[in-house]
Amino acid sequence: MEFIGLINYWIVIVLMMTGFYIVISHDNLIKKIVGLNIFQVSVFVFYITMAKVKGGTAPILADGITTYSNPLPHVLILTAIVVGVATTALGLALVVRIRDAYGTIEDDEIEKQEGES
Amino acid sequence: MTASLFSHLPALQVVLALLAAPVCLVLRRHGAAWLIATGMTWVLLAIALTLLGRVLETGTIIYSLGGWPAPWGIEYRIDLANAFMLVIVTLIGSVVMPYARASIKAEIEEPRIYLFYCMYLLNLAGLLGIAITGDVFNLFVFLEISSLSSYVMISLGRDRKALIAAYRYLIMGTIGATFYIIGVGMMYQVTGTLNMADLATLVPDLYGNRTIMVALAFLLVGLSLKLALVPLHLWLPDAYTHAPSAVSAFLASTGTKVAVYAFARILFTIFGGSGIFDDFGLQEILVSLAIAAMIGGSAVALYQSNVKRLLAYSSIAQIGYMILGLSMASVIGMTAGLVHLFNHALMKGGLFMVMGCVFLRLGSVQIESMEGLAKRMPLTMAAFVAGGFGLIGIPLTAGFISKWYLIQGALEKGWWPVVVAILVSSLLAVIYVWRVVEAAYFKPPPKGAAEITEAPASMLVPTWVMIGLSYYFGINATLPLDIATGAAETLLGGVQ
Repeated sequence: MEFIGLINYWIVIVLMMTGFYIVISHDNLIKKIVGLNIFQVSVFVFYITMAKVKGGTAPILADGITTYSNPLPHVLILTAIVVGVATTALGLALVVRIRDAYGTIEDDEIEKQEGES
Repeated sequence: MTASLFSHLPALQVVLALLAAPVCLVLRRHGAAWLIATGMTWVLLAIALTLLGRVLETGTIIYSLGGWPAPWGIEYRIDLANAFMLVIVTLIGSVVMPYARASIKAEIEEPRIYLFYCMYLLNLAGLLGIAITGDVFNLFVFLEISSLSSYVMISLGRDRKALIAAYRYLIMGTIGATFYIIGVGMMYQVTGTLNMADLATLVPDLYGNRTIMVALAFLLVGLSLKLALVPLHLWLPDAYTHAPSAVSAFLASTGTKVAVYAFARILFTIFGGSGIFDDFGLQEILVSLAIAAMIGGSAVALYQSNVKRLLAYSSIAQIGYMILGLSMASVIGMTAGLVHLFNHALMKGGLFMVMGCVFLRLGSVQIESMEGLAKRMPLTMAAFVAGGFGLIGIPLTAGFISKWYLIQGALEKGWWPVVVAILVSSLLAVIYVWRVVEAAYFKPPPKGAAEITEAPASMLVPTWVMIGLSYYFGINATLPLDIATGAAETLLGGVQ
């Protein structure tokens, strides 16, 4: 049963490794950025998961609410998402310029062109 | 009115740079943007010096953002280490700015110039934020502000290779930052706090807790990526080679340095009170990586034909010295590390600025194209020689002071092989500096070489200010040494 209870953390690990593997193994510059996104999303899930308190609700002052989940990690992750969006946007913008300059977005082909010049 | 303004200086230090950046974006005129950026960097330097003076006078300044008390709110806690970093960053920032005008005009396409000033101010805001904050998550946000803007500044280089360099730096830098927030998350999971001072009281008691140990690993690897510690340095040579010269000068002397500071903060302020240095093997790991960087970086620098690339590899070696100093975990070692951080910022900043002057007139920074250059650009090349002496560590230069302290620290620990490594790395520095000097001074200029003149005064003066300061603080080293010793004692407060 412990495995089921920790399912979120397992998802985090799987996502993290998948994303990291894509970043390292793929030559396509856009796929690398997608991998980077998956890698970051795993961290978002990690933060959200650790904030959850069993049986807790949203932290609103109201009658009958005694346990509530920790809202701080959610706020932190909101910031991290914004940072992630900015990184993705900048990364993709660079890929556009790289395609203009090299005519390709495959890392190995770019390296081949650089080797010739 | 003035009294209340003074009490808000810690916030203004960061906020002013952050506000000035969009102003440059709106103005769109590069002359006006330059004026604002230059004025702003000087104001920031004045604020940093005021803060340093107040810290020296009255001790640690604590500033709660928005009036929320720590550990709930974000706290700026300025002790000597923070103040020292603020002064380094703003000093370099304000010397590079007057230089940048002519250099950037030659190296960035006209319609994009105002973007450079905008990014420069954002980068400055990020670096100052890292140096001033006392909150680990806030540090992450500033780390990303500075990183994102540096990717943009690198990609502004004329060569298309700059785009690839910026892209690779983006991938590596983001992985580093993500590792850092994983570590922060794990610490938060166990302790429930993000405030550094609060963490410093909670974490040592939890020493041995697996989550805390894993958090430490993530934090250190993440920051090592940002500070380009061997073997995580692969992004650095390309980035510094292809970025515009003013950007290389600024980033090489501030970007990695601030990451070194953050590394020391995490390692000593937060984890300092625990036993990581006694039984973990961490000291051995860091010392061996530092030595690998010192020897490896200098050795690879020998084989470079592009001088900017040569300086970039030399930077990797110099980062090794800083990490070596920190990993001694003694006051003298840490002082050596911090003083070298300051001295190297001046020397390497100056040397990259020299390369900017050369590039402006010659259009190239390859060693072979610099043959006989000393006759045509005597002041510029003299600055290179003076800065090169600093990298080697010849007496009277600032580089000598930091190496002297580093060797003393190693001797205090009885680490003879480390002393040998420092000397070997310095000898390698003699060779790579000599290669450039030989080409510039002892070879005739290539036949049919275009007539070139000395770089403009607006670039030469800041270059010589930077090099001159590195000599001033080599001859009269008491001031930085006193501050660095104080900063080392604060950082090591948890250890002793």
